Amino acid sequence: MRFKAELLNAEEMRRALHRIAHEIVEAGKGVEGLALVGIHTRGIPLAERLARYIREFEGKEVPVGLLDITLYRDDLSEIGLRPQVRQTRIPFEITDKAVVLVDDVLYTGRTARAALDALMDLGRPRRIYLAVLIDRGHRELPIRADFVGKNVPTARSEVVKVKLQEVDGEDRVELWEREAL
Amino acid sequence: MRHLLDFRGWARTEVESLLDTARVMAEVLERPVKKVPALQGFTVATVFFEPSTRTRLSFELAARRMSADVVSFAAQTSSLQKGESYKDTLLTLEAMGVDAYVIRADAAGVPHQAARWVKGVVVNGGDGRRAHPTQALLDAYTLLEALGSLEGKKIAIVGDLLHSRVARSNVELLPLLGAEVWGAGPPTLLPQGLPGARLTSRLEEALAEADAVMVLRLQKERMEAGLIHLQDYIAHYQVTEARLKKAKPGAPLLHPGPMNRDVELEGTLADSARSLVNRQVHNGVAVRMAVLYHLLVGRER
Repeated sequence: MRFKAELLNAEEMRRALHRIAHEIVEAGKGVEGLALVGIHTRGIPLAERLARYIREFEGKEVPVGLLDITLYRDDLSEIGLRPQVRQTRIPFEITDKAVVLVDDVLYTGRTARAALDALMDLGRPRRIYLAVLIDRGHRELPIRADFVGKNVPTARSEVVKVKLQEVDGEDRVELWEREAL
Repeated sequence: MRHLLDFRGWARTEVESLLDTARVMAEVLERPVKKVPALQGFTVATVFFEPSTRTRLSFELAARRMSADVVSFAAQTSSLQKGESYKDTLLTLEAMGVDAYVIRADAAGVPHQAARWVKGVVVNGGDGRRAHPTQALLDAYTLLEALGSLEGKKIAIVGDLLHSRVARSNVELLPLLGAEVWGAGPPTLLPQGLPGARLTSRLEEALAEADAVMVLRLQKERMEAGLIHLQDYIAHYQVTEARLKKAKPGAPLLHPGPMNRDVELEGTLADSARSLVNRQVHNGVAVRMAVLYHLLVGRER
């Protein structure tokens, strides 16, 4: 793969997440009944950061859960691989809560759809929002994000790499070109 | 893995990966909706040439919890009674579009043979005295839940080891996770050799400082063959409160079932807090979900 551009640096990422955190509080008219659920892998640290920012400026804790959508993928019975299944841990009641699903990249929308199905099996939220750091387009399902860090028009041949301190040791979003075979 | 027949050639990492998946499945079973769509579109057949209650139900539930379609075959009500062979029975199921076969047979080797006949995956649901791998996996899972780790832990398997496929599979599996396995029973019910286990006819030796004790069903039907006198067995090998004092304090008790109360195990112990018998049955569904997931997802169809 060939490196093409830096989409966000650490400071820009921090600002984008700060803005999303404010927007979430604004949309929910406060943090009462609000919960964040991060989608494995990078959605989890992002959800934790959003919860931290909200605590910093609202002085209130928002519960954070983690969700693995592997068992809900719509291509599990067709693809030639067996994805590792990871823990889902949502240690709070989601029924009647406003739940914000958090992921790093929104692309085809299939992960978000699987996450919606998984969440519905865990309870009946009052409302579900979707927050993503990057929306790169190319939706295959009628899904859109409520909170977006940055919209990036991309080609299908391009790859968006989100690097997070907690997982990758640095905060940075990069655009790469998949080289033709 | 292509099939689950026994644990020959298995690496520790494969076992651990499967048990990790089982932990996720256990969480699914705690949810209000105990079902995920992971195996939608797959068909699982339970093919039981020998009667069973818990293994068959456990597999069927596991498959349904993952949205697979399930068909159930029982020898007693099938064309086997009209002389149809095992092979033709399986090929008939294959023609109907079955993807996975859970096979239980009283003869050793039937699942191995079946794996050569059908294109789908085969899970050994217990064959003769040979193997019962999913029982061993759920035993290992339950032991890990109780002990945290099996590294260096002494596990005593007590009773009729000679006829026990459960014991054989546990002796293959538990050392892979670092356990030291002892087998104890009367000399007539001990196999000639069991690689992976230290065998003794002295119950106290196996129980001494044991971290957990697995009690096997005494297959009463075999007692008439004169292998042992029932009262002698109870007198010398029944796992009792008094004898368990040799094991580590609170060492958990396992039993694969069905249980002969007050024969191989003192009845009060079976109901005591240290008994994990019901936990084993509970964990069986999650472990079998993990097995079906590992076998079916990602395979070429």
